[in-house]
Amino acid sequence: MSMPFYVSPEQLMKDRADYARKGIARGRAVVVLAYDGGIAFVAENPSRALHKISEIYDRIAFAAVGKYNEFENLRVAGVRYADLRGYSYDRSDVTARGLANAYAQTLGTIFTQESKPYEVEIVVAQIGETADQDQIYRLMYDGSVADERGFVAMGGGAERITTGLKQGWRPGLDLGAVLRLAVGQLGDDGDAGRELSADQLEVAVLDRHRQRRTFRRVSGGLLEALLSTDDPTHDVPPDDEGPVEPGSPPTAEAPET
Amino acid sequence: MSDDEARLPASYLRPGSSSFNDFLRAERPELVPSARPVPVGERLEAPHGTTIVALQYAGGVLVAGDRRATMGNLIASHSIQKVFLADDWSAVGIAGTAGVAIELVRLFQVELEHYEKIEGAMLSLRGKANRLASMIRGNLGMALQGLAVVPLFAGYDLDDATGRIYSYDVTGGCYEERDYHAVGSGSLFARGALKKLWRPELTTAEAVRTVLEALYDAADDDSATGGPDLGRRIWPTVALLDGEGARMVPDAEIEDLVEQVVAGRREAARR
Repeated sequence: MSMPFYVSPEQLMKDRADYARKGIARGRAVVVLAYDGGIAFVAENPSRALHKISEIYDRIAFAAVGKYNEFENLRVAGVRYADLRGYSYDRSDVTARGLANAYAQTLGTIFTQESKPYEVEIVVAQIGETADQDQIYRLMYDGSVADERGFVAMGGGAERITTGLKQGWRPGLDLGAVLRLAVGQLGDDGDAGRELSADQLEVAVLDRHRQRRTFRRVSGGLLEALLSTDDPTHDVPPDDEGPVEPGSPPTAEAPET
Repeated sequence: MSDDEARLPASYLRPGSSSFNDFLRAERPELVPSARPVPVGERLEAPHGTTIVALQYAGGVLVAGDRRATMGNLIASHSIQKVFLADDWSAVGIAGTAGVAIELVRLFQVELEHYEKIEGAMLSLRGKANRLASMIRGNLGMALQGLAVVPLFAGYDLDDATGRIYSYDVTGGCYEERDYHAVGSGSLFARGALKKLWRPELTTAEAVRTVLEALYDAADDDSATGGPDLGRRIWPTVALLDGEGARMVPDAEIEDLVEQVVAGRREAARR
């Protein structure tokens, strides 16, 4: 007959945290950073169907790394939370702070009570009227929240990328400049350094110049123009509605963890 | 237990429906108009919206409505809005019980946006029309109590670059209409006017002018439809749906066209 081993609560929590951290560090990184006209989200993600970056509400967006099915659940829950709140009160009553709080409580409960913690790290960001009122919340697998200023990197190599962003980022950069900075950091994996092209990237912005729904995906020719130093394009055109997303079913591409 | 109150309920995290209407019905049924019990045998007096007209023109489709709501023999509102943009490519006009109709439109707008966010793609135009039909069908109990809602839905179909019109009956029947259609108490007169004025090759400006003529005729013969209010400067609302997306025609443009319509009628009366 086997004897149940005693495991101290400290050890139990440490094991869970290690488990979650390992899962998160395996995936490719996502960078969220402020620019003069809003907030940009950049991920290395070759899939066109399985997004790491999504719209939540008028001025709020979501980015995540880790296990796809787990952060997808959280994303859907966030959209439901926001739409229900906006419907029963008013659109202006949906805030990133409220959503970040709900996510924190949810992740915290799952971390301590479920058989395994979620292997995810997420960012909830909201643009304000001015850059000073922008909010970026980073949520960890255990439900801890950090209120970030300017930029966040998460996922594999996050520490190295954060160091790079600290050197390169300053307030008031235009969109082209922050995208080049982020893409440079995402491609720089220590020694060789890879050149990431537009079709390997998932990029979106919360654009302060837009009315109502400010979220906009940036891809194709516009993204190439923004990433190029020779091209004068430095922001999303204000009257551009963007391509209508084709309703293609998810392809067989494996969700990247 | 405070953790559990602040956290997102388990049902939010469950994968499945991308319909906001279904989610709301399960989570907060008191917020869904059709899930609310209605007292039996009583008939309420509530404000009613009246005439909505839609017509196809070269390149798209438009939806227009007058601004009057009536309650029995009284005018409940001179400036109610009955035409709404549903999303970037469609619009809906509503006739029937104003309170219920406006609530349904709000729910429909969130429904379309919710689907788009969850699925990462827009519903097809036919899909949107069918979602609206199922919401109207759910309202049948209230319709029997005299709280019917009859919408007119129109949108620009991105698949074949055409504007389409869908009409409904109180049981949720959804019918695609050709050329033009009207609903509400003044619809007979508006349709009669369109029979003579409508042509398939109407330009955008001509189409707006035509729909204003039709609404003028409806207001002329139906007491529940409001004519253009030159004193208070309240004009019909017109939504355009074409390759550039959905948008409302600005009041200033409507004002110019309404003045042309009124001047034309005055000229005709003098002769």
